[in-house]
Amino acid sequence: MTGKGFSAMSILRAHKVKLYRSTTGDIVIFSILAVIAAFMAMPMVYTIGNAFKPLSEIFIFPPQFLPRHPTMDNFYDLFVLMGQSWVPISRYLFNSLLIVALGTAGNVIFGSLCAYALAKHNFPGKRAINQAILLSLMFAGAVLLIPHYLIMSYLGWINTYWAIIVPAWGATLGVFLMRNFIEHMVHDTLLEAARMDGASEWQCYWHVVMPIVKPAWLTLIILSFQQLWADQGALFLYAEELKPLPYALSQIIGGGVGRAGVAAAVTVLLMAVPITVFVINQSQIVETMGTSGITGE
Amino acid sequence: MSATVLQPAVTRPSFRTRMGHLWEEIKANKISYLFIAPFLIIFATFVIVPILVSVALSFTYFNMVQPPRWVGWQNYLTLFLEDEVFLIAVKNTLFFAAITGPLSYLMCFVAAWLINELNPKVRTILTLMFYAPSISANAYLMWTLLFSGDSYGYINGILLYWGVIDKPILWLQDPQYMMTVVIIVVLWMSLGVSFLTFIAGLQGIDRVYYEAGAIDGIRNRWQELWYITLPMMKHHLMFGAIISITNSFAAAAQLQALTGPTPTDWATWTIMQHLNDYGYVRYEMGYASAMAVLLFLAMVTVQRLVQRLLAKIG
Repeated sequence: MTGKGFSAMSILRAHKVKLYRSTTGDIVIFSILAVIAAFMAMPMVYTIGNAFKPLSEIFIFPPQFLPRHPTMDNFYDLFVLMGQSWVPISRYLFNSLLIVALGTAGNVIFGSLCAYALAKHNFPGKRAINQAILLSLMFAGAVLLIPHYLIMSYLGWINTYWAIIVPAWGATLGVFLMRNFIEHMVHDTLLEAARMDGASEWQCYWHVVMPIVKPAWLTLIILSFQQLWADQGALFLYAEELKPLPYALSQIIGGGVGRAGVAAAVTVLLMAVPITVFVINQSQIVETMGTSGITGE
Repeated sequence: MSATVLQPAVTRPSFRTRMGHLWEEIKANKISYLFIAPFLIIFATFVIVPILVSVALSFTYFNMVQPPRWVGWQNYLTLFLEDEVFLIAVKNTLFFAAITGPLSYLMCFVAAWLINELNPKVRTILTLMFYAPSISANAYLMWTLLFSGDSYGYINGILLYWGVIDKPILWLQDPQYMMTVVIIVVLWMSLGVSFLTFIAGLQGIDRVYYEAGAIDGIRNRWQELWYITLPMMKHHLMFGAIISITNSFAAAAQLQALTGPTPTDWATWTIMQHLNDYGYVRYEMGYASAMAVLLFLAMVTVQRLVQRLLAKIG
């Protein structure tokens, strides 16, 4: 770490130092990014635009980017169809929220607990666990479906929420991500000081480590949420009343070409939730940074 | 522990004593094991055990109806000696990974770094726009419109209008162009997990380091990047590298969405598509598992190489 090489004096004096930044540089960077960003966001704009097009406009060729006569008809039709659903749509929504909330919470909490021990404790077996986590990231998940299924049926979890929720708690990505951040951002001296003041390991984890690595778990929430939200539970959930919302909506739009407008509305509705989570978390990350990191010049 | 190391080999403590020491040490670290236990139990059950089962299955013939039958190295031999399509898939995967892996990695970092240079107010919105392809459900749709093979496809339309070509090009069916098109689309979609991690990682670097750097003579963004940012980001860089490796070696869905389930001359057929084909269309799970094992070995090899390269930073 180069940072530690700097003299204590310069760190002490550092409070009112202005960083070397050129305004021209800022403008150039912003312009380049804005052009690329516009290009990146195109399909999102197109998808949202589609949801507000009357059916006749959706099939115009070549396709129009934005609706010429915006309408809420698609959403209205969708709500009518939702009302006709055999299992009330609120039940699907409840299923989805339960799966996403429990899955994400377990992923973040169990993941970061383990990550804290792996980053800051020393115990026999630590190296082996670190290696196992790293290596398991590189094994193709597709062939694991069959062993997965066998384990689930052995545990009697087929056709229960647990079949989706619990594996999310063992997702390797989260631990790996959290460990990197804890190892890097939490200084050992800080933990020693906390322990000296009588903090238990649990208190160290909850009051010292977690607040410091807030950007990390906010990011993990985005990733975990997005993944669980998209899960249709196809392999493990059979009972209609256990299925998540994306499944129910995909059934509604399976009704052929005539439902194309409704399908566009569904896509937007399904996208809106992860996007909201993304925006809330991402702006939180930036805010954390405003107090402890670099502020905009 | 250190006492045992210092003693000469003659008086090496018995297995029993050493186990005793280990047990003492485990007891002393009770708290650490408590912390890792919830994750580790689930991780072992739903990740490690399935992986070991798959490795074992790779030495069997298993059609998911009859019980697996041991065939030794047969699956591996068949892959290399008889399965011509697999060899094409290997060639394609290596080519695809060699290009998309490093490029997507670089893109993630550069994008994250540039965004981080800007005012916090515009950061969130730019991050969202860059991340949009990973979050919008039918991101491929636009590309199939752009690269549509008839003269209505946007790109064909423009090229015909300019007189660059005189008949439409079958971008997604002509082996000459398929791989290039697929690579472009995949790169465009690649700002995902690594990108977000890099953003968070950059936020995590304390301003103090930059201020101290400024006092110690750093004069511009480039020096800051090389002397402070990159060394501080080392862990995250390794993480991003692993994500890039897995994404590029195990690519399947995106290619299938663009060039269909049976691409012309197998021009965009990858190992992962071959694996899915055998596993879930032909139900030859043993054979599919053998491919997973080979793919895993390839990824680990590359990861070790990258690790050595990254060790040279800072």
